[in-house]
Amino acid sequence: MNLLEIKNLTKVYSQGGLLSRIKITAADNVSFNMKPAEIFTLAGESGCGKSTIAKMILGFETPTSGHVIHKGKKQKEIRNRKAWLEQGIQAVFQDPFGTFNPLRQVERYFFESIQNFKLADTKDAAIELINKKLSAVGLKYEDMAGRYPNEFSGGQLQRISIARSLLTDPDLLIADEPVSMVDASLRMSIVNLFKQLRDEYGVSVVYITHDLATAYYVSDRIAVMFRGNIVETGSVEKVLMEPKHPYTRLLRDSIPQADPQKKWKDTITLGELEQDEFLRAGCKFAGRCPDVMDICRQKAPEVLNVDGVQVRCHKWNGI
Amino acid sequence: MTILKTEQLRAYYVLDMMGTKKEVKAVNGIDLDIKKNEVYGIAGESGCGKSSLLKSLYGLIEPPLRHIDGKILYNINEEEVDVFSLSQEETRKLRWEYISYVPQGSMSVLNPVTRLEETYRDFLESHVPAKSKNEIFELAREHINKLGLPQKTLKAYPHQLSGGMRQRVTIALAAILKPEIIIADEPTTALDVVVQRGVVQLLKEVQNELNNTIILVTHDMGVHANIADRIGIMYAGKIVEEADTETIFGAPKHPYTRYLINSLPQFGDKSVRKSVPGSPPSLDKLPDGCSFNPRCPHAKGRCFERVPEMVEVNNGHRVACWMEN
Amino acid sequence: MKIFRLFKDLFRDYRFAVSACVLCVLLVLAVLSIFAPNDPALWDVAPKDEAPSFTHLLGTNSKGQDVFWEATFSVRNSLIISVIAGSVSRLIAVIIGMVAGYRGRKTDTFLMFISDSLLVIPLFLIIVMLALLIREYMNLVTLGLLLALFGWAWDARVIRSIILTLRERDFTYTAVLSGTGTMRLVFNEYMPYATPLVFSTLINNMSWAIGLEITLAILGLVNMDIPTLGTTLQWAISKQAILLGYWWWILTPIVLSVLLFIALYWLSVSISEYLDPRSRIQRVGGA
Repeated sequence: MNLLEIKNLTKVYSQGGLLSRIKITAADNVSFNMKPAEIFTLAGESGCGKSTIAKMILGFETPTSGHVIHKGKKQKEIRNRKAWLEQGIQAVFQDPFGTFNPLRQVERYFFESIQNFKLADTKDAAIELINKKLSAVGLKYEDMAGRYPNEFSGGQLQRISIARSLLTDPDLLIADEPVSMVDASLRMSIVNLFKQLRDEYGVSVVYITHDLATAYYVSDRIAVMFRGNIVETGSVEKVLMEPKHPYTRLLRDSIPQADPQKKWKDTITLGELEQDEFLRAGCKFAGRCPDVMDICRQKAPEVLNVDGVQVRCHKWNGI
Repeated sequence: MTILKTEQLRAYYVLDMMGTKKEVKAVNGIDLDIKKNEVYGIAGESGCGKSSLLKSLYGLIEPPLRHIDGKILYNINEEEVDVFSLSQEETRKLRWEYISYVPQGSMSVLNPVTRLEETYRDFLESHVPAKSKNEIFELAREHINKLGLPQKTLKAYPHQLSGGMRQRVTIALAAILKPEIIIADEPTTALDVVVQRGVVQLLKEVQNELNNTIILVTHDMGVHANIADRIGIMYAGKIVEEADTETIFGAPKHPYTRYLINSLPQFGDKSVRKSVPGSPPSLDKLPDGCSFNPRCPHAKGRCFERVPEMVEVNNGHRVACWMEN
Repeated sequence: MKIFRLFKDLFRDYRFAVSACVLCVLLVLAVLSIFAPNDPALWDVAPKDEAPSFTHLLGTNSKGQDVFWEATFSVRNSLIISVIAGSVSRLIAVIIGMVAGYRGRKTDTFLMFISDSLLVIPLFLIIVMLALLIREYMNLVTLGLLLALFGWAWDARVIRSIILTLRERDFTYTAVLSGTGTMRLVFNEYMPYATPLVFSTLINNMSWAIGLEITLAILGLVNMDIPTLGTTLQWAISKQAILLGYWWWILTPIVLSVLLFIALYWLSVSISEYLDPRSRIQRVGGA
């Protein structure tokens, strides 16, 4: 059975003033499934809709249409936000220093979680539980007791944030750019944690990122998003090693490789305004696609199944 | 030929907080020798003093940052000039014409309420002697064209451009007076990967065309691998290793550099990567001896007692580690 | 211990030290009113119009009252009015600001319409009119509440805007993910950002209330039998104290008011500097 099903999820925002109101489809008919104990990457650049999807899964944004189904239950049918999260959904955010209120001690969030979700009866039991979760991320309660967010390094705080999310024993963790604000030298300690959570605790992770190198390293499957659409879905091996969609290729080739032998050779032309691409009829990538054809500008491509990978591109039509 | 040199440069933040004095050793004895016509990369984690070093190199040491000791020497027309001997007026003159600066957030240099062509004009008028308005616009247009930016950007306000476009305009502005040195502080950090590639590409084009020097600070080793000729690895206010890019990536000596390089994931390779253990030290409470000793698996004996000096282990490859000494 | 350190930090600022001392003296004065030999409303309990002497420290007035003991009552009563006005209006401002900021949409529009209306109408005239209407019921509490009703609008707006920016911060989501309900969330997460404002404006609001009370008293719109800084001044003026050269009578309320205003002003400046979230974060980091 699928742990999480996203069915035709769409979110439309209105933008602009009274006279020139335009509609931006931040997420356009997005569907994907997740199995238990799987790391699924949602990749793309800023403004591609990946964070909107995360917020809708968490119930922080209401979808314009479509469904989020977790363990067979539809989000719309659950009475409130807390009950939805109690089903086993938690999240980790991008900026560890923004995750916690700078004026409050970090441990307060742990005790509040325990109190609100009734995870322990006594203070000792609560501390024991906190210690258990912190040890999973390589920390102890004493490291955290009585301290404020700015007394930690970014890497430490992000691990604390992960420990907090584990308190309720979730089976689904939404990680929105969890390492982009963490120093490169400490990044892998966070990324490795997600692997450990999957392998040891059976937690599924929606790993949202623009960094395809860590996505390749950590995840099982990947969906690449562009301007609200998923353009390619499949196993990371297939999608990242042999990209089918021209956008996936561009994105992958634009990651600077930490190897002086693999420098960028060809130059690229940068795209037009974000808004133009959102409003484009036909394929949204047509404006800067190297393989663009006439049909791309007229008709939005359908999802095709090519070699076990789902691609949204006219190029593969009839092959 | 050396274009910029520092000798045992030290600059600390001296803070007085509610009666307790605090010294943050942001730049703690740095020797640099940056050549003409190279891209010199400085890498390090946040809080290691990279930005303070850049500010110092730019001659912009302002309280609470204080110059403690050491020299910064610019090579202006084959003549060594000590930056600290110059008057404020003289350093200001050098800016943009000899050395220019690309900050991380491009919004801070572009005036949000004027069109970019006005910014260009103000800027050129104060630096280029007596030119008519049309000539100046012509110059700006030519410049923008050469860098492959669309003409209409000149008519736009900064907020109308995307982050990547703004950052490219900032780079274009920094390059317009053909400075000998361009300092770039994390110029691509907030940008998307594709845009980042465009910005790095532009930096490279600028450098090729002007034959000048770029000092690039970023924590992204991938960017360094792509653009830098030489790299200095900075840790806790010091340069701990310096070599050409191939050597840094191919044969790093310092344990910190090794961790840094080995922690980077690569396509097609799923083998386990490990982070640098522990956390960076805070610059006001440095450990005795080598600053890296609490995180170093090889630390022993003198690592805890004395600070290792930079030594040259190979041609142009310098390391500050007792293992190599 | 925490309180002790707080005061030690605050006393480093000379403005805080001076104003706290002045306020202490004034408070002692107010407390002394308990030991007053006579009811302050009674006339002719002392010889009239005597200059300061050992028996009457600040002399006596034309109503046959001791100026010193009258002053203790007037300081006490003015402080009571200002505390009522200040704290009640803070309470209104916090509740309205927080509800408007967190709820948003129609609630926000409605509440902000009320506060904007209060900001644009000529407040003073309305207060004078209302004071005329309820003149019969005028005592310390009603006057305090009347002033409270008109002193919250601006601060409610500021608190609302603080909440609006905090609502978008990630830690709001962290609190939701920790299962924290709306009321607790607003109180725990947002209150620390609003408290500095509440404290510094509390003090400002108190001095505003004292000032307005004096104005209303001089216009004769309050109960003249209750000695306050305003009524004492009004009696001195109406009994021609200036012309007759009874300087002790008129100077006492003036000097006391000025001291009170300066002390409150410095107190508010130094406290708001101390409580500013930005400097607070730095201090937490330094500890």
